[in-house]
Amino acid sequence: MKHFARRLKIQDNINTDYVISGRYKFKIQDPKELSKYIFEDLDPGFAARVKGGDILVAGENFGCGSSREQAPQALKMSGFAAVIAKSFARIFYRNAFNIGLLLLECNTDFIDDGDQLEIDIEKNKVRSVSKGLLLDINPIPPVMKTLLDDGGVIEHFKKHGGFKFEG
Amino acid sequence: MGKTIAEKILSNHSGKDLRAGDVAVCDVDFCFGQDGTSSIIIDSFKKLGAAKAFDKSKFYMIIDHSAPSPNIGVSAIHKKMRDFAGTYQVGMYDIGCGVCHQLVPQKGHVTCGDLVLGADSHTCTYGAINVFSTGVGSTDLAITLASGKNWFKVPETMKIVVSGKLPKGVYSKDIILHIAKDVGANGATYRAVEFYGDAISALSVDGRFTISNMAVEIGAKIGIMEADAKVIKWVGEHSRKEPKPVKADLDAKYVSVKKYDVSKLVPQVARPHTVDNVADVTDLADVKIDQAFVGTCTNGRLEDLEAAAAILKGRTVHPGVKFIVAPASQEIYLAAMKRGLVETFVKSGCIVVAPGCGPCVGTHNGVLADGEAAISTANRNFKGRMGNPNSFIYLASPATVAASALTGRISDPRTHKGRL
Repeated sequence: MKHFARRLKIQDNINTDYVISGRYKFKIQDPKELSKYIFEDLDPGFAARVKGGDILVAGENFGCGSSREQAPQALKMSGFAAVIAKSFARIFYRNAFNIGLLLLECNTDFIDDGDQLEIDIEKNKVRSVSKGLLLDINPIPPVMKTLLDDGGVIEHFKKHGGFKFEG
Repeated sequence: MGKTIAEKILSNHSGKDLRAGDVAVCDVDFCFGQDGTSSIIIDSFKKLGAAKAFDKSKFYMIIDHSAPSPNIGVSAIHKKMRDFAGTYQVGMYDIGCGVCHQLVPQKGHVTCGDLVLGADSHTCTYGAINVFSTGVGSTDLAITLASGKNWFKVPETMKIVVSGKLPKGVYSKDIILHIAKDVGANGATYRAVEFYGDAISALSVDGRFTISNMAVEIGAKIGIMEADAKVIKWVGEHSRKEPKPVKADLDAKYVSVKKYDVSKLVPQVARPHTVDNVADVTDLADVKIDQAFVGTCTNGRLEDLEAAAAILKGRTVHPGVKFIVAPASQEIYLAAMKRGLVETFVKSGCIVVAPGCGPCVGTHNGVLADGEAAISTANRNFKGRMGNPNSFIYLASPATVAASALTGRISDPRTHKGRL
């Protein structure tokens, strides 16, 4: 599948308030409706430019701050196929895999907005078609891979009657 | 080899001998959600198909982020929470009771050695009373609500030692802002932090909550302290649960050790729009402010209100400043009334609002206008945090906030000698 990179003006420490502001998340329960307002405080109009299959690209500590699960939910509902960043904050990291949003850790310095990307999770590589670059991804931890393969933590828990990596 | 506090508490709750890096399923002693996260907890709990809560006494929902409700959408969420609490017979603290991170320890739900999950990032607050408590998302919380368990990766631990006698007018908030400046917003990501030192021991338990509360602002999973005599006394006064204090072994392995001497620390202020963008108060004297706010899970406790009131007493807030005060709980509100602090605030021109998060999360009770600046005792100054992306938020101690409210500019509380 063809993916295109979407980058914001700021790169590091993009917090979950920026992903979805408290102005919306406290009063809107529908994730599709919420997804219209992602990054509104940083870049009004950003949400409207996202196309299905796009990949959000950022720097260090993406998703820091609030524990709001509305943040990964809204990104997923916007159509993002994955988020690629140099590093993620821990609550966001769990939340994203719990709901089946793919996160990948990779040096993102050489990815620009609009670049065409290909992902190979099995080989842990991101290819920038636009730049002719092949970038290494940090392997997805086994627990997260299990959750992802099962379609999220709820499906995982129901399927196995608990955590599969238990005992 | 010895163990850290995190390794010991997670081992105790999994029945396994765990070390940093291990993954294990642990029993959770208490869990909760607030009104920004409970709607998804309820949805996820229903998707799990669970018939009931794992233990009705170990889960609460707290309405604090928008309390009382400012609009129809929030009212619908509050009603959904009340309906769920009624149907599943689980506990709830409704509007006005206070901020979750004050209520959970104050009402005695947690004690030393416990493992606690909250659907709120500042759940790390109870590290101050030797609790392994950390924030998770709503679906993770729903899993725990249904099963009493969750999975944990045992974090590596960073040791922070704070020593020296704090000067007058300098508080625990200044210590943690100073640490945030040094290590940065990403400095402890995924790590546990253990806090030590005579400067920490000298603080009241309330003062220590402020430090543990902001551990997440440097990325930490927990910000934990040992249980000394003050902590044991505090939990004894608030909880009927038996404390199980956990200490680190002398030969525990730390990923890094940081040392700070705070004997010459000056009041600290975090500038827009990140918590680690910290300066000395003396460097910001030109900054005009339009609003002041004392409250939140960071600094809405009785000693915080006392520090602010002492500076305000018999004086009037600058005419250009809106000064909002939100006690962190009803009990604190009542205690503040009995001590005359509420009268001091009102006579000084402050607006005392219902216990809750309100202005800090920008839902109601003090949304800023375009171009306005606020000085607040909260823990986050992200762009738009107080409801308007075109405004500016400075973070400081209650004393610095009160001193600034009197002048309309960021001001040094140390000039109010005799009131500190």
